[in-house]
Amino acid sequence: MNRFAELLDRLVLTPSRNGKIRLLRDYFADTPDPDRGLALAAITGDLDIAAVKPAMLRALVMERMDDVLFGYSYDYVGDLAETVSLVWPEPAADAAKPSPTLSEVVSSLNAAGRANGPRVLAALLDASDIPARYAIIKLVTGGLRVGVSARLAKQALAEYGSKDVAEIEELWHGLDIPYSALFAWLEGRAGRPEPLAKALFRPVMLSHPVEDGDLARIEAGDYVAEWKWDGIRVQAVAEGGLRRLYSRTGDDISGAFPDLAEAMTFTGALDGELLVGRPPGWVGSFTDLQQRLNRKSVPPKMRQKYPVFVRCYDLLQDGGADLRPLPFLERRIRLEAFLSQLDPARFDLSQIVGFDGWEALEAMRKAPPHPVIEGVMIKQASSAYVAGRPKGPWFKWKRDPYTVDAVLMYAQRGHGKRSSFYSDYTFGVWSGPPEAEELVPVGKAYFGFTDEELRQIDKYVRDNTIERFGPVRSVRADRTSGLVLEVAFEGLNHSPRHRSGIAMRFPRISRLRWDKPSAEADRLETLKALLDTQAHVGGRGQGDSDTLIS
Amino acid sequence: MRARDLLHPRPEGLYCPPGDFFIDPVRPVDRALITHGHSDHARAGHRSVLATRQTLDIMALRYGDGFAATTQAALPGERLDLGGVSVTFRPAGHVLGSAQIAVEHGGMRIVASGDYKRRADATCAPFEPIACDVFITEATFALPVFRHPDDRGEIAVLLRSAGQFPERAHLVGAYALGKAQRVMSLLRQAGYDRPIYIHGALQKLSAYYQLQGIDLGALLPATLEPGGKRDFAGAIVVGPPSAFADRWARRFPDPVSCFASGWMRIRQRAKQRGVELPLIISDHSDWDELTQTIRETGASEVWVTHGREEALVRWCELKGISARPLHLVGYEDEGD
Repeated sequence: MNRFAELLDRLVLTPSRNGKIRLLRDYFADTPDPDRGLALAAITGDLDIAAVKPAMLRALVMERMDDVLFGYSYDYVGDLAETVSLVWPEPAADAAKPSPTLSEVVSSLNAAGRANGPRVLAALLDASDIPARYAIIKLVTGGLRVGVSARLAKQALAEYGSKDVAEIEELWHGLDIPYSALFAWLEGRAGRPEPLAKALFRPVMLSHPVEDGDLARIEAGDYVAEWKWDGIRVQAVAEGGLRRLYSRTGDDISGAFPDLAEAMTFTGALDGELLVGRPPGWVGSFTDLQQRLNRKSVPPKMRQKYPVFVRCYDLLQDGGADLRPLPFLERRIRLEAFLSQLDPARFDLSQIVGFDGWEALEAMRKAPPHPVIEGVMIKQASSAYVAGRPKGPWFKWKRDPYTVDAVLMYAQRGHGKRSSFYSDYTFGVWSGPPEAEELVPVGKAYFGFTDEELRQIDKYVRDNTIERFGPVRSVRADRTSGLVLEVAFEGLNHSPRHRSGIAMRFPRISRLRWDKPSAEADRLETLKALLDTQAHVGGRGQGDSDTLIS
Repeated sequence: MRARDLLHPRPEGLYCPPGDFFIDPVRPVDRALITHGHSDHARAGHRSVLATRQTLDIMALRYGDGFAATTQAALPGERLDLGGVSVTFRPAGHVLGSAQIAVEHGGMRIVASGDYKRRADATCAPFEPIACDVFITEATFALPVFRHPDDRGEIAVLLRSAGQFPERAHLVGAYALGKAQRVMSLLRQAGYDRPIYIHGALQKLSAYYQLQGIDLGALLPATLEPGGKRDFAGAIVVGPPSAFADRWARRFPDPVSCFASGWMRIRQRAKQRGVELPLIISDHSDWDELTQTIRETGASEVWVTHGREEALVRWCELKGISARPLHLVGYEDEGD
C-alpha cells in the first residue's frame, strides 16, 4: 500500500506528462502482481470497490476524537479524506505488523457486507500509516483525481513493455483486472494475450494537420475530401449481442448514450463523429453535444432535447470481415451499403466533398456551408486503415482560428522547466460603459509563444506587478498601460461560472502586440456577437444551455 | 508569587519585571534573553543580549559583530542570577544553539521554551524537558493534522526521486538557518556522498555548522563559473525557498522543486507553491510532541504563543490543564 500511496502523491504533484509516465513505469517495474494491476485499475477508473459515504467516514472519526479538535482540523485542511487520514489515531504499539497491501485492502473491502463495512474500513485504517490511510480513503470515497487519464496510463504501459500504445488500446477491453497476462506479455514472459471478449475497440487512425508545403508534395487527384464536423470522434462496435461506443482513446462511453445503443442493430465497427441533432437538417453545436458528455444517467428530456447521432466516415469491421487492410474507397463503398440498413436518424453518411485542386478546396475550407464545420479532412483514396498517426494518408485542414486582442491581467508561475517563469496568463477584454470601462477576464493560456517571447513576457510581468497572491501576480492593466496579447481560439461557449459569461475553447497566445495600446484591445461585445452566431445553428438555438467546456 | 508577576507580555515581548529583562523581544530593549537565532526571535539593536554561545555567533554572522552593545554567553544548565531571578538555558532541539529559558523566583518556575522539537537531529542538542509550574509553548503546528513522519523516510523519497530523474536537478527549498543544514546532514547520514550544491545565502551559516563539528560533507556553490556552464543534471541543490521562484533557478535543468517543511504535510500547501516533491521535515514539534511535552513538564498552567493556539488550549481544557493564549505579536514561522 505504501508504494501505491507514494505513487499517488507523486503523480498529483508532477506536472509533466513524461514525469508521470516515468513514475508509472517504475511503479510497474517495482511492484509485484496483483498489486500493480489493481493500482492500474484504480488509476484508469476500472476498479470496482465498495463505496463509503463521507458521512460514514466522519462518524468513524468522531468516535475516536474530540469534535471541536476535528472541526479545527477539517477547517484548516479543507478536504475530508486528507483530514481523516491525518487525525486518525495511531494504533498502539503493534508496529511489527506489516501494513496491508493494496490487494489485501481491496479484497477485505469487497468482502465486507454493508453492515460490516465501517468496521472493516476502521481496521484497515488502524493498520496503515498516514499516506496509506489517505490512499484507502480515496479508494473508498471514489475518485483518485491524480491527473492521470486512462490514455496516459496505457502510454506508460506501452513504454514499460516497449510496445505501441495502439496495441494496448486494442487489447484493453478484453483484459481482466489485475492484468497479470498483460504484464506477463509486456515483460516478455508470455505471448500477447488473446482477447476472448466481443465488441472490442480498434485503435483509431489519426490525421496530421496540413502544414506549409504539405499540399505541394501530394497530388489532389489521389485524395478525397470530407467536411470536418465539430463533434467527438467515436467508434460504434456491435458484436455477439454486445453494443459498445468508444471514445477516440478507447474509453467505453456507451453508458451515456442509450439512445444510440438502441439503434446499433448491426454487427461491425463504425468510425465517425458523434454529434447532437437530427440529420440531415439539424446539426447542433459542440456546446449542445457537451450536454450529453460525461453523464452517468440520461433523463428522457435530455435525450429528446439533445438527440445524438453518428456521422459515419469509415467501416472497420463488416460482419465477420476486418476491412482495415482495404483501400479507403473500397471501405467507403462497403460503408454506404452498411448504412443503408441502419436508422438514418442515428447513423448517417459523411458526404464526400468534390473539389478541383487545392485552391478550390482552400476556398471551401475557409467558407464552410455550416457553422458546425471546422474544416476539411483529406484522405488518400488508396490508404488502408492504420492505427496511430501515419504521415501522408490523412490530413486535417482546419478553418483559421478566431482571434481576439486581449489585455494581460494576471500571470501565474509555471511548473517544472517553467517554475521560475510567469508562464500562465489570464487575459481580459473591455466591458462596461465608455466612461467606466473595465477589463473582464475571458480566458487563460499557457502556450503559443516562443521561449524568447516567454522571457519577454516574464520580464514584463515582473516589472509591472501591482499585487501578488501566492504564485499569481496581478499585472498593471488599464486604459493607458498594459500588454496586448493576440489570442487564437477555436470557439466560444456560454459559461455562467465566469464573470464574462463566456469560456474559450483551446485558447493560445498567437502574437504579442507590444505595438498596440491597451485601450484598443477588443470589447466583450465582440465576443458575445461571435457566440451568438455560433449558437444559432441548424435552425435551433441552444436554448438554456449552461455548459462549460473542460 | 503569581506567575503573571514573574513574566507577562508587553508590546516589546515577554517581560520579567523583577529581573528587568525581555525574552525574544521584537523591539530594541535594554536587556534581551534570546532563545535561538531565527530572525523573528533574535533581532539586532538591543543594548545587552544573553544567549547561548552558538546563538550569539549566529547573530553576529547575520547582523555583524555590533548587533548589541554587550553580549553574554549562557552555558547550558548554568544558573544565572538576574536581579534576584534565577535563569537557566537548556537545549530546545530546534536549531543549533536553540535553548529554552527557565525563569525562577519566589518558588515559581516558568519555562519559556521558544521553538522546539523532540525528534533526533544531528545538527543540534536534544530538547530536555524541565519540570515547571507554567510552561510556555509555541503552537506552530498545533493541530491534530500535523504529524511529522520520520525524516529519514523523507530523505529516502528525495534520493529515490534523484535516482529516478537523473537528468533533472533536485532543488530543495529549506530555510537558511537550521533546516538547510539538517537536510544536508540527513543526506550524509543516508550515505549520499556527492557534493551538495548550495545557494549563496546558505554559505556562511553552513560553514559555521561545519566549524561546530557538524559534518555536512562537500558543499559547493551552486553558481555558474564564468565562461563554462556547469551541468547540474542529477545534482541536489539546497537554497532558501524564495530563491526557487526567482530567476536564479533558471540555471538548473528541468528542476524538480522540493520543499522541506512541516507545512508540506498539507497537500494543498504543496500544490499552491508549485512544489513537485514535498519533504515533510520540520524543526517544530508536531501535535503529538506538543501534547507529550506539556504532559512531561507537569505544568499546571500552559501559555500558548504564536501559531494555532485555539486547538492546543482546547486540548489542555480536555486534560484539565489551565491554558491561555499569550497573543504575542511579531513571530513568523521562519525555520519551517
